[in-house]
Amino acid sequence: MADVLVTTDWVAQHAKDANVRIVEVDVDTAAYDQGHVPGAAGWNWTTELCDTLVRDIIPIKKLEELLGRSGIDNKTTIVLYGDNNNWFAAWAFWQLKMYGHADIRIMDGGRKKWLAESRELSTDKPGFAAKTYKASGPDTSLRAFLPEVQQASAGRKAALVDVRSPAEFTGEILAPPGLPETCQRGGHIPGAKSIPWGKNCNDDGTFKSVDELKSLYAGQGISGDGPLIAYCRIGERSSLTWFVLKYLLGFQNVKNYDGSWTEWGNLVGAPVEKP
Amino acid sequence: MKAEGYNKRRQDLGSWPIEVESYKLGDVYYCTINNVDPGARFARAEGPTREDAEAKAIAKAERYLAQTRRFTAT
Repeated sequence: MADVLVTTDWVAQHAKDANVRIVEVDVDTAAYDQGHVPGAAGWNWTTELCDTLVRDIIPIKKLEELLGRSGIDNKTTIVLYGDNNNWFAAWAFWQLKMYGHADIRIMDGGRKKWLAESRELSTDKPGFAAKTYKASGPDTSLRAFLPEVQQASAGRKAALVDVRSPAEFTGEILAPPGLPETCQRGGHIPGAKSIPWGKNCNDDGTFKSVDELKSLYAGQGISGDGPLIAYCRIGERSSLTWFVLKYLLGFQNVKNYDGSWTEWGNLVGAPVEKP
Repeated sequence: MKAEGYNKRRQDLGSWPIEVESYKLGDVYYCTINNVDPGARFARAEGPTREDAEAKAIAKAERYLAQTRRFTAT
């Protein structure tokens, strides 16, 4: 297993280690309160992992405060997990890497596997002795902005990976079923390949083996030789694919386009492709 | 405490496939509804019994899914 993944067993054994902080980040921000890994902090992606004024990632000062009050310093091993097969755990991982944190891992299988294994849960919100955190960056080599994506699409300068469901890719639906529509047009960025995020995972929520993942992406002509940009609707599912490509497969030049379809699909005059 | 009776099943709700996930924690049953593709949690509820929690969550899910439009190719 890659050193960025830990098992549920590992978490059960190390959750209370002094240099380890377990953090739950869910799509459903109420899930943490329903029971979480004992001792885990809970971060709310809608208020704590973004800029709440401007559409942007978490500002550096806000990140330093969040980590500090979570009892995390620059040497802490942060283990992230969450619902939906770790969508927002990967989102947090991506942002923490942009800000230079060294040791971050994801609990393979996430909240789903922890629950399915009937492991210990707590509804207590732990308090942490505050620490001082000094972030660096942000390292924007991990993040794609609109102009770069436009160039990638127009000139085929980077492989675009659309990780949404096939029905979102084709424009049959504008958002995942049951969720609010957040774009004006359906379809995908011209030139993008459809490789839904779920293909990275097993039914129990764990990631597929490196060999299986290599085969999946090679089958779509993606071997890591050139630049890659992953996108979805708001950037969290594509964080998961970004994590797979960069940290499980070791591809060097991989970016997450967090503007994703909520940017492209609302942009006046942006070309849209439908199969 | 531990989650008890974790259960996951697939079914159709209207024309949409969904995944119904439920478990008991303490004295409360929790139910969450995920769409099968892409696998996003979009409704949840709790109740004193599994049946109650599931019925409430499925009713919410039905309401939300009714707002999802399908577009045919143009």
